[in-house]
Amino acid sequence: MAWTREQMAERAAKELRDGFYVNLGIGIPTLVSNYIPDGMSVQLQSENGMLGMGPFPYEGEEDPDLINAGKQTITELPTTSYFSSSDSFGMVRGGHINLSILGAMQVAQNGDLANWMIPGKMVKGMGGAMDLVAGVKRVVVVMEHVARNKDGSESPKLLTACDLPLTGTHVVDMVITDLGVFTIDKKGDGGMTLIELADGVTEDEVRAKTQAAFTARLG
Amino acid sequence: MKKVRTDATEALAGLLTDGMTVMAGGFGLCGIPDELIDAIRASGVKGLTVISNNAGIDGVGLGKLLETRQVAKMISSYVGENKEFARQYLGGELAIEFNPQGTLAERIRAGGAGIPAFFTKTGVGTLIAEGKEVREFDGESYVMERGLVADLAIVHAWKGDTEGNLVYRKTARNFNPMMATAGKVTVAQVEHLVQPGEIDGDAIHTPGIFIKRIIHVPVREKRIEQRTTRKRGEPATV
Repeated sequence: MAWTREQMAERAAKELRDGFYVNLGIGIPTLVSNYIPDGMSVQLQSENGMLGMGPFPYEGEEDPDLINAGKQTITELPTTSYFSSSDSFGMVRGGHINLSILGAMQVAQNGDLANWMIPGKMVKGMGGAMDLVAGVKRVVVVMEHVARNKDGSESPKLLTACDLPLTGTHVVDMVITDLGVFTIDKKGDGGMTLIELADGVTEDEVRAKTQAAFTARLG
Repeated sequence: MKKVRTDATEALAGLLTDGMTVMAGGFGLCGIPDELIDAIRASGVKGLTVISNNAGIDGVGLGKLLETRQVAKMISSYVGENKEFARQYLGGELAIEFNPQGTLAERIRAGGAGIPAFFTKTGVGTLIAEGKEVREFDGESYVMERGLVADLAIVHAWKGDTEGNLVYRKTARNFNPMMATAGKVTVAQVEHLVQPGEIDGDAIHTPGIFIKRIIHVPVREKRIEQRTTRKRGEPATV
């Protein structure tokens, strides 16, 4: 059985460590904050200028001056601090954030990432994504294994090379999809390795839906 | 020279010309100088190059300047929430220069701080680096980006004094502090206007040296782009 969005987020939360400063992208990655283990201290950074991001507010307690990078209302914590956008990206670019979890349109076997533009169709801008993948030490992508097209066909998202405009080159360390988990040796020659399968999913099924080359090293 | 002006129109008097560059603070609708944007709209000035992280939403914030076709070019990191923007852009009526958010923030900070250019790893190997110098430092490639200044910067702060010292509130800070330094002239709108000495010197985020004119705009309503809540009695999940 392929993993649900919640299960993918739960798996991504296993990459958290006590004391980490983490940036979560919009979409499935935001769900990761629901699975921070009890007793583990993790500070969430919001690139619009906040460290120590809290949960969504109760109705009636929304503060228009308190939003996350996806422009949703949030709350603060006792650990919260606020700062400017240049300070925020100084944190990102200066390598002070431990982990970035974000979504993707395409990931290549060498760790290239495309997640900001579909020429002619979707040209909204890259926001903070390029800075995050360039500056954060460890980048984990959480995405569906294949894209479902309007005509019902499926397109692989794990490719030998991205054909969409790149967000970054050699930036992705790990990919978590609904079918399993891959690591990528982004700086070396190790390539892409399948390390886990979702329950009931076979390696053959993953191979059929993956264009990228990978070796399997299942525990 | 008195910095406090009575309203947005007076605050922008003599500063607006067709074709000028304007930096506008804010992230989404958070911390936008809405009263000053309204005054720019009312003035009819056009052919503007607007530098702002986002383009507002339809009918709100900078979206208002798009509706009246006063903007010729935007320099932003993300404009996805604005359908009018997409319409004009795809129709060839509006130019967009996308800057990664961190690069945009640093370009503005550098511009205000007298740094003409800097190197960043952001965008190396992507469309962003095309046509720009790429140089190696310590075995890694970095792309050169230019400092950015504007004819006019308009910013929003929570509190200011009559000297132009400013304090921002929570995530409404965002691009405002850097933009305050990078305008040839910076005009600020503040929700609370106080006398010098009422803000502790250690609490000031933007020293008044950067602010030429300031107006008091008490809060009527602040827009929320994505009102998101959780239910009582449930765990604090997303």
